[in-house]
Amino acid sequence: MNGQAIKAIYLFEMARMRRTLLQSVVSPVISTSLYFIVFGAAVGQRIQEIDGVPYGAFITPGLIMLTLLTQCVSNGAFGIYFPKFTGTIYELLSAPVSMAEVLIGYVGAAATKGMIIGLIILATASFFVDIRIAHPLMMALFFALTAITFSLLGFVIGIWAKDFEQLNLIPMLVVPPLVFLGGSFYSISMLPPFWQAVSHANPVLYLISGFRWSFYEISEVDPMISLAIIVVFLAILSALVTWIFRTGYRLRE
Amino acid sequence: MPPIVSVSGLVKTYGNGFQALKGIDLAIEEGEILALLGPNGAGKTTLISIICGIVNPSGGKVLVGGFDVVKDFRQTRAIIGLVPQELTTDQFETVWNTVSFSRGLHGKAANPAHIERVLKDLSLYDKKDNKLRELSGGMKRRVLIAKALAHEPRVLFLDEPTAGVDVNLRKDMWKVVQRLRESGVTIILTTHYIEEAEEIADRIGVVSGGQLLLLEEKAALMKKLGRKTLAIELAQPIPAVPEQLSGFNLRLEEEGRRLIYDYHASGARTGITTLLAALAEAGLTLKDISTRQSSLEDIFVELVEAGR
Repeated sequence: MNGQAIKAIYLFEMARMRRTLLQSVVSPVISTSLYFIVFGAAVGQRIQEIDGVPYGAFITPGLIMLTLLTQCVSNGAFGIYFPKFTGTIYELLSAPVSMAEVLIGYVGAAATKGMIIGLIILATASFFVDIRIAHPLMMALFFALTAITFSLLGFVIGIWAKDFEQLNLIPMLVVPPLVFLGGSFYSISMLPPFWQAVSHANPVLYLISGFRWSFYEISEVDPMISLAIIVVFLAILSALVTWIFRTGYRLRE
Repeated sequence: MPPIVSVSGLVKTYGNGFQALKGIDLAIEEGEILALLGPNGAGKTTLISIICGIVNPSGGKVLVGGFDVVKDFRQTRAIIGLVPQELTTDQFETVWNTVSFSRGLHGKAANPAHIERVLKDLSLYDKKDNKLRELSGGMKRRVLIAKALAHEPRVLFLDEPTAGVDVNLRKDMWKVVQRLRESGVTIILTTHYIEEAEEIADRIGVVSGGQLLLLEEKAALMKKLGRKTLAIELAQPIPAVPEQLSGFNLRLEEEGRRLIYDYHASGARTGITTLLAALAEAGLTLKDISTRQSSLEDIFVELVEAGR
């Protein structure tokens, strides 16, 4: 195991986050505040509470998930795509590192960055509403597993993408609808039966539901099913990444 | 001593069916400077990329320091440094960070003293806190060399290091190369510039069409293939080569003012003494004599043409 290399990649990626501090940290804080103003103040007037939880508090886990997913996918994708784009990938490919170590470095940094921003949003939210976390350990587990899984998804996208358009396709076009339709801002029990059924095909629903359960003990589906879904998703991505590394797909072709 | 790099039967066919390497065999001795010459698209970069691990081989075997580049990539890549042909740099990073990153990536613990020495050797130290995008092309090239040296490699690959580089940098670079060689580092460089190979290499390989056409000691190569010409300037022009000199196969140039004699420098008898005596006997007065050795360039062009 080349621990030095993992450390080098991880710190190099984290340094990039420090350089873009304003964009990385300030912008999620502002957008979260906007969500609270728009949804919390405007919609919250009409929906007082859902399943006994005040509306502002209800949407907080969903908001954290929204940012966590987008950030992790983007960071994971950008981290490995950028060296491909500039050509500095030659160095990763000619260094005595296994692709698993490259992955730990990039995905670790992307997940760390996503989690830092998620915690900042949690802190911001606590200015607006009362947050309580019923199961802190489960919350941490959902939080970390989701961050790692989606950073890994980003990593796969970054390897697959041949240009910036492909790079942004999933983070911009696929993730936000899934999160918005996954019950971030409402309970799916409020939907007509048909759309409830459709919503159950959305994997993000399970993540948000499980994560919200760790806060308020209310959920759309059994939290254990939520956990199982994340683990299955993580396993599928790990298998995909193993295949990519074995074949050298789009890296050593 | 076994060769530091040993390539046998190396074949590479790209996904689009293009066969870049058609069976290369090559043994590189530890501590030597080997220059690989060849036209664009000859397969030089593919060869280097496979040895360094960037491209997977389609067939054949490469050993570096006795280890297989595919199976034992950790051992081989740890001792290899690569300076790529293209100026690929992380524009937003500082010189110091990007060079330190390379060291870490190769599994070595941080060593600021070594990084400082490398940067000073390449006259980069005063730029250490500059972002790479603020540097000129030549400076970026130096950074790429510094990155390749950050982990103290035993084998250094320079892929067209002097493409688009000014005279000063080229001189600096050869100084660094000489110093590395003195410390025992094996250096493999590819180039289009034949003078470069002639100037610094111990051995020269010529690659064309995915094959190694030739691999020789530079001196031996020059001697073996090097023809020399003797040019004799005459005081008075002559209308034709005199009858008694017909055995020497002379040519007349410059309206009868110059005689040209071709010979092989490696031959035991060059025939120069008898020629000069014969010239005196023929009553010709000589104004000047000069000799010229055919350059590597001539040899190279001949080989590549013959290979087509």
